[in-house]
Amino acid sequence: MSNLRSPLSQAKGLGSAKEGTTHFLRQRLTALSMIPLLLWFGFGLAAMPVNHATLIATIQHPAVTVGLIVLIMATFYHAQLGLQVIIEDYVSTKSTRLVSIILVTFLCLLLGVIGVISVLKIALGV
Amino acid sequence: MNTQNNRPLSPHLQIYRLPFAALLSITHRATGVILSLAALLMVCVLAAAASDAESYASFQVHLSSWYGQIFLIGVTLSLYIHLCNGIRHLFWDAGVGFELETAAMSAKMVIVAAIILTMGTWLTALNVG
Repeated sequence: MSNLRSPLSQAKGLGSAKEGTTHFLRQRLTALSMIPLLLWFGFGLAAMPVNHATLIATIQHPAVTVGLIVLIMATFYHAQLGLQVIIEDYVSTKSTRLVSIILVTFLCLLLGVIGVISVLKIALGV
Repeated sequence: MNTQNNRPLSPHLQIYRLPFAALLSITHRATGVILSLAALLMVCVLAAAASDAESYASFQVHLSSWYGQIFLIGVTLSLYIHLCNGIRHLFWDAGVGFELETAAMSAKMVIVAAIILTMGTWLTALNVG
């Protein structure tokens, strides 16, 4: 059956999307923070022998501890935001979409926490 | 949606040769997914390193093998493509660089910069040994 209501009248009264520009802004701000962090991480990792003892000693340096923790938090926040957009664009079934987004969000949070705790464990030598 | 059946369709993806800018656009998403998986691996390696030297070695054996190195070069290239194209997106968000010629040129710059950064990173790594 054809719908005689105009698109505008259908949208009226539904209220706002309730989110505004939060998602957009946080995606950009995490991206901005990761420009220097990733260049430091990429070249820093490359310039380091990759044996266990050197890795532990490097991570225990306070500046590296802080840098890594910030990088891990920004990475998984950014990944969650980005993967959410990809799911929203390509998964059209509402239930599957919602479940996928929830799973991705939980997984990103979990991995971020494991990453931060691992760095702290190494840094504190426990 | 009240679509009429005989309206013209835009060329379908499979028979339409994507312009380079569009190819880079989908590459940005693809590299984003690859990097999410790489971040998962990074956390696994970090957790292993935090556990003990043997757990860490079980990852390092694979990552330093020939297939591990090829995989890591791929991840490095993905990282720098996503990083450079992300900077391009940030310029767009600021309202800069929308002209067709500018956008086409910045797309090429992204690829060139990503390749240079990848080579720089791996030359550094090879010098350290």
